[in-house]
Amino acid sequence: MFLINCPYCGERDQQEFKAGGEAHIERPKQPTELSDDEWAEYLFMRKNIKGVQFERWNHAHGCRKWFNMVRDTSNDEIKAIYKMGEKPPSQ
Amino acid sequence: MTKNLRVKSSEYIDETNRISFKFNGKTYHGFKGDTLASALLANDVHLVGRSFKYHRPRGIMTSGSEEPNAIVQINPGTNRTEPNVRATEVEIYEGLEASSQNCWPSVEFDIGGINNFLSPFFPAGFYYKTFMWPASFWEKYEFFIRHSAGLGKSPTSRDPDIYDHRNIHCDVLVVGAGISGILAAKNAAKNNFKTLLVDEKNELGGSTVYENNEFNKIDNKTPSEWLKKEIEELKNIKNLEIKTRTSVAAYHQYNYLLARENLTDHLEAKDKTNKIRQRLLKIRAKKVILATGALERPLIFNNNDRPGIMLSSAIKKYSEFYGVACGSKNVFFTNNDSAYESAMSLYNKGINVEAIIDIREQSESKIVKKVKEAGIKIYWSHSIVDTTGYKRLNSISIMKLSNDGTSVTGSKISISCDCLGVAGGWTPAVHLYTQSGSKLKFDEEKKVFLPNQNTSEQISVGSCGGDFKIDEIIKNLNQKLKDTLNINETDLDSIKVEIDQENSKRNIWLLPSDKPLGKTKPFVDYQNDATAKDIKLALREGFRSIEHVKRYTTTGMGTDQGKLGNMHALGIIADTAGVKMGELGTTTFRPPYTPLTFGTIVGRNVGKFFDIFRRTPMNDWHVENKAEFENVGQWKRAWYYPINGETMHQAVQRESRAARESAGILDASTLGKIDIQGSDASEFLNRVYTNAWSKLAIGKCRYGLMLNEDGMVYDDGVTTRLSENHYIMTTTTGGAANVLGKLEDYLQTEWPELDVYLTSVTDHYATASLCGPNSKKILKKIIPDLDLSDENFPHMSFKESKIGNIQCRIMRISFTGEHSYEINVQASYGKDLWEKCIEAGQEFNITPYGTETMHLLRAEKGFIIVGQDTDGTMTPIDLQMDWIVSKKKYDFIGKRSLYRSDTMREDRKQLVGLLTDDPNIILEEGAQIVSELNQSPVEMLGHVTSSYFSPNLKKSIALAVVRGGKDMMGKKLFVPMENKNINVTVANPVFYDEKNERLNA
Repeated sequence: MFLINCPYCGERDQQEFKAGGEAHIERPKQPTELSDDEWAEYLFMRKNIKGVQFERWNHAHGCRKWFNMVRDTSNDEIKAIYKMGEKPPSQ
Repeated sequence: MTKNLRVKSSEYIDETNRISFKFNGKTYHGFKGDTLASALLANDVHLVGRSFKYHRPRGIMTSGSEEPNAIVQINPGTNRTEPNVRATEVEIYEGLEASSQNCWPSVEFDIGGINNFLSPFFPAGFYYKTFMWPASFWEKYEFFIRHSAGLGKSPTSRDPDIYDHRNIHCDVLVVGAGISGILAAKNAAKNNFKTLLVDEKNELGGSTVYENNEFNKIDNKTPSEWLKKEIEELKNIKNLEIKTRTSVAAYHQYNYLLARENLTDHLEAKDKTNKIRQRLLKIRAKKVILATGALERPLIFNNNDRPGIMLSSAIKKYSEFYGVACGSKNVFFTNNDSAYESAMSLYNKGINVEAIIDIREQSESKIVKKVKEAGIKIYWSHSIVDTTGYKRLNSISIMKLSNDGTSVTGSKISISCDCLGVAGGWTPAVHLYTQSGSKLKFDEEKKVFLPNQNTSEQISVGSCGGDFKIDEIIKNLNQKLKDTLNINETDLDSIKVEIDQENSKRNIWLLPSDKPLGKTKPFVDYQNDATAKDIKLALREGFRSIEHVKRYTTTGMGTDQGKLGNMHALGIIADTAGVKMGELGTTTFRPPYTPLTFGTIVGRNVGKFFDIFRRTPMNDWHVENKAEFENVGQWKRAWYYPINGETMHQAVQRESRAARESAGILDASTLGKIDIQGSDASEFLNRVYTNAWSKLAIGKCRYGLMLNEDGMVYDDGVTTRLSENHYIMTTTTGGAANVLGKLEDYLQTEWPELDVYLTSVTDHYATASLCGPNSKKILKKIIPDLDLSDENFPHMSFKESKIGNIQCRIMRISFTGEHSYEINVQASYGKDLWEKCIEAGQEFNITPYGTETMHLLRAEKGFIIVGQDTDGTMTPIDLQMDWIVSKKKYDFIGKRSLYRSDTMREDRKQLVGLLTDDPNIILEEGAQIVSELNQSPVEMLGHVTSSYFSPNLKKSIALAVVRGGKDMMGKKLFVPMENKNINVTVANPVFYDEKNERLNA
């Protein structure tokens, strides 16, 4: 159980949050113009890294806000947390 | 009859407070301060249990939580009984009862003991190898295996105790209150760190508190004297909270630890009631100082498990701390100096020590000289090759050890004794350290695994960090404290330590016998009866990974988790396989460190607090009117309302007829309701629903279908436009929270430019759904001045009105196909609204109906229930709901996926109606559908999703998903059941009132 520093509420227990998968996958603006393969790439293909991963998290049992997190999946070390729309920190 | 082995007064034992307790039905006496183990030993009781596999007699081996053998059933036969409790940890109290486990009829005479003589037939992996053939017999084998498995007995009645949870935040958590823990906690607290010190024992001080070795001095005092003064000083320190009887069970990432605080287990029954028995502490610490100490290792030799064979350190503790002699003829067997300290401790109290067997060639330390001066015989370079005594050790035989330590030579010497202390060196208790994710490294010189890479803010101090001598402990502790707490000076700077301790040690993991290994029983895991030869057998059979060997031989898998023998198991594997210990790694130390009760884990969340449930405002009425309830998500919903002993079927048939023939009323308060406001609300709905929303007039309602991005149906419901920029969306009962979450996700992450605000208002409104041909007349009675004509208030429209003084929102929408109204009022008026409807409907025989009737009525109309007729693999096209998918809209969630090659396949499973050829047969939901009966392998076409007997159609009806079902109208299919095949015909899923004439009836 790690502690997550919600950018809106501050440090809270992990159980208040919900993980939302890989971050920075933008929904295509013109889905109908994509081929099946291109759409499938957006829809299904996700990285599953052992190491530093960019993720979306939601403070589901708190402010309900979504935000981004950089987490090392091998030891759950949280490297950075930043709001939606903000640029990811360079590694 | 029993001997009294109490040898001296101890300050930890209150000899004025005599306590009687029962063990295996017999009454014994001990004193306040005794553990069950020390009290039994004082009564010369060593035999306390039987081993798991061979039922060998076993005695008390240790004095702490690492105990593998002396595990007992506490208060058997009562509702407070607890199995597998370590006698070494139970503090005795007046009236305590305990009994041995895993033996029948008694621990003295145990039928299962025959397994000991059959042991050549029970090698490692016996069960895996034996009960494999024939495979079909497994169920029969299992029956017998289950009966002989398990140690103690679970309680059969409700736990009368209260358990609790508590969150604790601190700057520094110190685990273990031995000398290192006490000094660490004291210095942390003095430097203004909010500090918590926990220890599993009831007294602080660890082993140093009874350390009276005359060659060790701290500030010119014996270590025990000196430490008692330090403990005394702790009381006056602010910022320091001390919790005894508190065992840390788990150490998770981010310095999150769980500890069990024991509050009443040491009290008499009369003092236990209405008190919290155990409390789970959820500790978040900024820094953790592990001072968990070290566990003494046994030595692995032939028949090393007899009652009377104990750890040397335990014998010392029983004598120094509890004032109990464990035997009258004592022998020690050692590979280092610590057994000599134990021997001197006994000698100084006048307890007879016969001899010390040392596998080393020599040692010249002061304590060894002291033992020699005392005239105790020392056998250098000797090893024990066998022991005798079935229920109590009575002799050992020793032989000279060869130079390489792999064999014995010379003649056998037999020594008579009733207690043997073994000392195999010390294993740092690194269990919690590794649980935190930190990594160990093997120290070849000390032959121990030591903390190496820390993953969180933590330090390991004292013997769990690899320092075994008091001077080293204090010196290293001092430096570590300064580094981790970032302080310049500590109390420890001025402590003067004089010691004379030797660390010389000869390490042999498996000691040889004069007999071949196959004819010996050198136990490695006492509780599970795993011997060194089992481990070697596993290696011969090809197991290499330590994790595999562990599971195959069950080494370390008992309730003690192999705290004593795991290191030897590793050593034997390394020696046999010819690899280095460091390369082998260790098995995983999993939480909990010592077993937890279920009560502690669940705390207050028992009974009605086990799960949250939600009730509608009308709930009391449903209860008063004898409704049966069903759980829908967390909601308790009225399922059906049986009258005069009706069955569920009878009640549902009656309710369904009434709703169509006159009037029915349903509590629909549980439907999810989301208030949507903002200037882009219409655009937002356009993007989340499959159909078009821009042109929905104010005051009108529309049914919407929501997809996932993969094109599969996610939720459905009616949304009403209340004003230009204000909508109220309804969702399925179970989907409400997820739908809100999904909508928020899109709003916040994909379309932050939209001006839309979402609020969950599910709990704010109570909803009564009034349906049937007389619903209009009933509503008219309640709200006389509302114009209910089809012109003013048509189907799929909304009115705001008042019932008396109560504001209400009325939607004329229908999930049953009947003329109906959903009336919403503020939740607190829900029951009032409901009762008004019932009263007004009296003359029309208004019938309350539950969820089951609702399901039946909608199935007659072919309306889907998301989650029942869909399962996350159905597109709207599969549901034959093409009409609701807008062709004109450029985009909506899931649109692109409807044109993927897979979602466009013709042979997808599609929703159809199904009629049984015999109208009285009701299909089972979930039943498979096939087109051929005598096919092998049979091809499954799909399955039944909803099935009912329709009282209005007087036949059974069903909805089903069938591969390519769209083009199968009228086709004959089969539903094969266990003992019959049911003939069915594919039909239109709308069974009733296909033209929707009743909506305006």
